[in-house]
Amino acid sequence: MRTLALGDEILLSVEKPARYLGNELNSCHKQPDTADIRFVMCFPDVYEIGMSHLGMQILYEMFNRREDVVCERLFSPWPDLHQILKEKEIPLFSLESQQPVKDADFLGITIQYEMCYTNILQILDLSGIPFFAKDRTEADPIVIGGGPCVYNPEPLADFFDCFYIGEGEVRYDELLDLYGKMKKARTGRKAFLLEAAKIPGIYVPSLYEVTYHEDGTIASFTPESPEIPEKIEKQLVLDFDQAPYPAKPLVPFLQPTQDRVVLEVQRGCIRGCRFCQAGMIYRPTREKRLETLSACADQMLKNSGHDEISLSSLSTSDYTKLPELLSFLMEHKEKGVNISLPSLRIDAFSLDVMSKVQDVKKSSLTFAPEAGSQRMRNVINKGLTEEEILHGASLAFAGGWNKVKLYFMLGLPTETKEDIAAIPELAEKIAECYYEIPKEERNGKCQITISTSFFVPKPFTPFQWASMLPAEEYLNRAGILKDTLKQQLNQKSIRYIYHEAKETVLEGVLARGDRRLSAALLAVYRKGACFDSWTEWFRPDLWDEAFAETGIDPAFYIERTRSTEEILPWDFIDCGVTRAFLVREWEQARKEAVTPNCRKQCSGCGAKRYGGGVCHEA
Amino acid sequence: MKLRIRFQKTDSMKFIGHLDTMRFFQKLMRLAEIDVRYSEGFSPHPIMSFALPLGVGVESTGEYLDLEVHSTDASEASLQRINTCMPEGLLALSYKQLPDNAKNAMALVAAADYLIFPKQGEMQNLAEKIQTVFTDAPAFLIRKKTKKSERELDLKQYVYAFSSTEEGLFCRLSAGSETNIKPELLLDAFFERAGLTFTKTDWQIRRLDLYGKNEAGELQSLDAYGETIW
Ligand code: SF4
Repeated sequence: MRTLALGDEILLSVEKPARYLGNELNSCHKQPDTADIRFVMCFPDVYEIGMSHLGMQILYEMFNRREDVVCERLFSPWPDLHQILKEKEIPLFSLESQQPVKDADFLGITIQYEMCYTNILQILDLSGIPFFAKDRTEADPIVIGGGPCVYNPEPLADFFDCFYIGEGEVRYDELLDLYGKMKKARTGRKAFLLEAAKIPGIYVPSLYEVTYHEDGTIASFTPESPEIPEKIEKQLVLDFDQAPYPAKPLVPFLQPTQDRVVLEVQRGCIRGCRFCQAGMIYRPTREKRLETLSACADQMLKNSGHDEISLSSLSTSDYTKLPELLSFLMEHKEKGVNISLPSLRIDAFSLDVMSKVQDVKKSSLTFAPEAGSQRMRNVINKGLTEEEILHGASLAFAGGWNKVKLYFMLGLPTETKEDIAAIPELAEKIAECYYEIPKEERNGKCQITISTSFFVPKPFTPFQWASMLPAEEYLNRAGILKDTLKQQLNQKSIRYIYHEAKETVLEGVLARGDRRLSAALLAVYRKGACFDSWTEWFRPDLWDEAFAETGIDPAFYIERTRSTEEILPWDFIDCGVTRAFLVREWEQARKEAVTPNCRKQCSGCGAKRYGGGVCHEA
Repeated sequence: MKLRIRFQKTDSMKFIGHLDTMRFFQKLMRLAEIDVRYSEGFSPHPIMSFALPLGVGVESTGEYLDLEVHSTDASEASLQRINTCMPEGLLALSYKQLPDNAKNAMALVAAADYLIFPKQGEMQNLAEKIQTVFTDAPAFLIRKKTKKSERELDLKQYVYAFSSTEEGLFCRLSAGSETNIKPELLLDAFFERAGLTFTKTDWQIRRLDLYGKNEAGELQSLDAYGETIW
């Protein structure tokens, strides 16, 4: 039996001790000292969130398959335990072996959203690892970052020894082989990082120098020696059918947000919505074959005991063999496995499937038009028309549904009052569709929910040059929406919810920030910021103070429309999509012109050179 | 067909709460390919129930789970399959068939045995204290709080046995839906009246077994209600 790092008195005093035990079914318990390399893999948020993440499970299993590696998990200790660890000076530990993180060879952190940046500092702090990469010694692990946020790693550059840009399945073996070899030869971390920087996809920030113009924009971004690549190429899995997947998913006792088998049907998206980073960085779209999926599903269900399965992809409706995929899921349904459907394009076929797997009276339809007016939808290249939405809604209403959820963004580039007003007007038209049904056939009132988030421009999207709005202006726009909603005939059937604006503005600063933000991040963490993605812990006042003290003007990062000539902090990454394509799309957006999806017509985004995926479909 | 499984829950599993354990057993039944019956509806779930919730931090070697199955293998083979799927700290001890008209474990529970021992160091003999403070006392009144009210109880009516052994304090307490006495309730009052302090985290509580009342009104281990399947 393992000895736990925390005594009973601590475990019984914190909320949900199950977060810190590492005793889950299918967790991998190797003795750390029997393997050459101990890799601690961290998701910097609370256990239940991190355990729902598919990517982490893929790498966990892939790493542990290697004999020379022991890979263990780590999540953010909740504030109650944080305080105890600080007070009692207990070093943060990995779940499986319960040994200090500081003694590991690697600390790998997956960075999924900007609002977790302070949690990363918490991990370093509680582990007793120096915050700054430059202060680390041979006694510290190599701190490596991955995940979508590393498409602009610069705000975190000072805290990481290296970043892995792209899909983890591809280069980790090479990196671990190199480390194993160099560890035996005792060459030291400096030498290792220098060699690692030559592996495609590995970015070692300390080897690059950045200079700035007087106006604060970047003047140059250069590697310190000619052997270090100027551009870091994103890594991508080409043969998606052969890609590793978690055949033995971890089964937590504590209910994670995703308590089911997750089947990744494809990576990437053919649509090219101009606000969507995932739609760009995962290009080209790659599908798994139906046979592969069915074999994966069987194996994962069998090994996990889960009674539910869901599909993961950016746009499941675009899967080429969707009907076959759904009918194969229906076979599982007959065997007692529950099906949790992703949001699908609403048509007669998908409604039929939905009616079989969920209770029509309780479930709701989801549409994500993202913008209310056709003009605005053209700007963002969202190819969903009002006709399609109304038609889908009518079909669904006739089939017995009466709940609809609508997702929109506010503050999109070029947005006008009319575009905002079009949102409740669209909801009204949907309500009217419902009330056209004869009263005796209706299922009570209809319930329409409008949910808006505020738009945040992300790196490697055509909107990466766009400006954002100050927090007050976002709330102002939400106000316009509310006022227009009040004028609608069926306003009683329509509900409106929106998110906090302060969080959006901060997300905007971090998403397109540069290296100079490191100081502000550390300052705000020292003031007590952590778990910023949790409304109850988010402290915008601390951020304001930290920015002021470190001389950072958030407006510089968000309120400026960048010129397409400007050197952007993330320009050293080659994400597969060319800059020329992004510029073209940015122009098309301002012309309100639509770009067809990859299957209709290739737009020459640059991803074709990888030699696979949708670009090379017969 | 009705089955009853006895299992133990120790080590790090003692920190896993009742509902989380329950959810795990639902998965376990599929993993071990037990032919469980499912409820009807859009999200069917396996038909199973636990005898008596166990508090977080408490160990047990006498936990019970009742379930309904369409068919089953022999006890031994089933047990083996279940145990290969069990994580550290969980172990199935018996797997028995119940008569079709059997009451479920939850409804049966009438008493529970507990052993309470120091997590570190020797167990000191408290037999004398028990004698004077508890056994010889005409009554042992305590206040029991429930969600709705607070009432006075004479614990002597609900503590069926209380002794000090080499391994620890042993007690048999009334349990189940009628009057459920948690061991902490007895210990808090006992230690206080004996002039000793009870620091809960220094002591480990272990549930040893659960009992129902048979037709003769005698306590009978829940394990004894079923038959081994050969
Ligand atoms: S190269 Fe063409 S088909 Fe391939 S991802 Fe880009 S736009 Fe789509």
